[in-house]
Amino acid sequence: MKLLLKNARVVDPKASIDGAFDLLIEDGRVGRIARNIAAGDATTLDLAGLCVCPGFIDMHVHLREPGQEWKETIATGTKAAAAGGFTGVACMPNTQPPIDSRSVVEFVLAQAREHGAVPVYPIGCVSKGQQGVELAEMGDMAVAGARGFSDDGKPVASAGLMRRALEYARIFDLPVIDHCEEPSLVAGGVAHEGEVATRLGLAGWPGVAEDVMVQRDILLAEYTGGAVHIAHMSTGRAADLVRRGKAAGIRVTCEVTPHHIALTDEAIAGYDTHAKMNPPLRAEEDRAALLAAIADGTVDAIATDHAPHNADEKCVEFSQAPFGVVGLETAVSICLDRLVHGGVIGLSRLVELMSCGPASVLRLAKGSLAVGADADITVLDLDHSVVVKPGAFASKSVNTPFGGWTLRGAPVMTIVGGRIVHDGRAKEPR
Amino acid sequence: MKLSSPHLLGIEPLSPGEITLILDTAEGFSDLATREIKKVPTLRGKTVVNFFVEPSTRTRSSFELAEKRLSADSLNFSTSTSSLVKGETLLDTLRNLEAMSPDFIVLRHSEAGAPHFLARYGSTSIVNAGDGAHEHPTQALLDAFTIRRRKGRLAGLRVAIVGDILHSRVARSNVHLLTKMGAEVVLCGPPTLLPRGLAGLGARVTHRMDEAVEGADVVMMLRIQRERMKGGFFPTLREYATFYGLDAARLSRAASDAIVMHPGPINRGVEIMGDVADGEASVILEQVRSGVAVRMAVLYLLAGGDREAASQER
Repeated sequence: MKLLLKNARVVDPKASIDGAFDLLIEDGRVGRIARNIAAGDATTLDLAGLCVCPGFIDMHVHLREPGQEWKETIATGTKAAAAGGFTGVACMPNTQPPIDSRSVVEFVLAQAREHGAVPVYPIGCVSKGQQGVELAEMGDMAVAGARGFSDDGKPVASAGLMRRALEYARIFDLPVIDHCEEPSLVAGGVAHEGEVATRLGLAGWPGVAEDVMVQRDILLAEYTGGAVHIAHMSTGRAADLVRRGKAAGIRVTCEVTPHHIALTDEAIAGYDTHAKMNPPLRAEEDRAALLAAIADGTVDAIATDHAPHNADEKCVEFSQAPFGVVGLETAVSICLDRLVHGGVIGLSRLVELMSCGPASVLRLAKGSLAVGADADITVLDLDHSVVVKPGAFASKSVNTPFGGWTLRGAPVMTIVGGRIVHDGRAKEPR
Repeated sequence: MKLSSPHLLGIEPLSPGEITLILDTAEGFSDLATREIKKVPTLRGKTVVNFFVEPSTRTRSSFELAEKRLSADSLNFSTSTSSLVKGETLLDTLRNLEAMSPDFIVLRHSEAGAPHFLARYGSTSIVNAGDGAHEHPTQALLDAFTIRRRKGRLAGLRVAIVGDILHSRVARSNVHLLTKMGAEVVLCGPPTLLPRGLAGLGARVTHRMDEAVEGADVVMMLRIQRERMKGGFFPTLREYATFYGLDAARLSRAASDAIVMHPGPINRGVEIMGDVADGEASVILEQVRSGVAVRMAVLYLLAGGDREAASQER
């Protein structure tokens, strides 16, 4: 089976390609990239005016299965991923039961094979039962297909456990992904500690609670030689610590979410629980510092922290509402609008952040359009304006702060292994 | 002049003109307590639900009395009797209350933003009777009413607010009100109980009590909760009293005609010494008295009344 993508702008940062080419897919792999490839027996798609990029990978999503299927399932979450331009997602292990053993990893992979629209890369727990006490069977999970380890939803609070996890994960060359918050400093906080929280009378979640944990993790990564990945980095100071850690040759990587790129704590002003997430939306100085870190190469990945919650669960008092927002179906448009059209970075750098970067952190042979690579492709329309309509999401949940936003740029087609898993080109007139 | 919103969610959204309107209207209601018949027919036929999801005696009693004196029918719905303990959500409770067609819901709630939630999802006029650490607008209004009666004005006064600013809705509402009306506010407490970003609210901040009290026209003390000690905000009540308790010596640094206020209930010997609480400068009981008139004014104005009509009615 052959598929020929014609007349698109092909952007492949790894091969330093950015120009008008045709791309031929053969047997699920990239066959050729050249000008004017003859169609032959291939099915031809004219993608003039669109951009063809190596498939985007969201390395931080919550698929909620097993255990919280009323919020999301592997089927609906991966459908949302496909609709949002992602050719793969890494799912966090804070399910019920948590992904802390080979059998749960295998369950997730089996569900993904059977019902998934895109591949799922499971992240296993650092600790048994996510309890933060004893190491989980990381090796067994790695063999079964886990792509990294995290107690996400919670930090690895014990420095001793984090040390052992970083040391042990070296056997499998996989990263330990930490949700960085020092519990005694967060102490029940629900909003960024600053003027907005003070005005609203909400308990503060200070940025320094993230910073001390990021610094601890970097020191431990240096000491152990392990690879640490900072999940959903939200403060300017943390970005600075990662920048310095990288300069010192320490194995530290980090991700930033679209909501921390697009919003500040001002968004919670009306006690809107759709703007309640963990870590919280920060001050404008933090947002500006994250943009700088995205531009200067400090940030490795943009990841959504897609955290679906049922509408009833979010429709409660602010302090009582669960943390988290969905992101799979808005991330690419937010990033094109705010980062690319906003003049922060070029498209090629965005592709690094959404494809090559996450692939590299998770040690996946993805993020490239080299001949022979898996034909995982995200097609973008840079100028297509979209209005965010939560009611039209493929996700089971609609907890987004972006409902009604008009954004310039959108993912229009998602191809996994040469197969079109989502085609949004015809849906709306251009 | 009328209020621009059907709700009183906080002082922050009010204009100085609206604050003055409420205070002036309350003047009209304040002499009612001394009359033979302590009642006007103003809100006859209106139903007010006092929905208290946090224990409160004085605020609830004050609202209840205000409602009764306005001839409204009131219904008390509090934590122990409400279905919230049975796991019902706030939204469902609101819908159930609204099914009984109240005209007002007066809400006291432990979570900041709870009255905003009711205003957003319901169709009844909401009065915030204290939401978490956010606002307690009728307290600030009755404080302003009391100050205005004693000092004849708010603009240009120096007001020191001392205590647990971090957890205090009274402090926040007072900062908004007093700064809007042109008073100078100094907030004082141990740094552990001073939240970030207070300067953005227009107040000056210090952790030295003598500095806060120096030359003040009004010294407002806040109740310190014993739980805060366990939270690690200060070592002992004894030590707190040493550094932040208002005694006669500290009060002597204030203006010679300074008044002492406290939203109650007071902890004698902790944030305020007994002789000061009972002393000449204390207006603590006057605050309680003002509360009824101010709450009557709020309900009356939210029901759509204006000040001129209020005067005619009496």
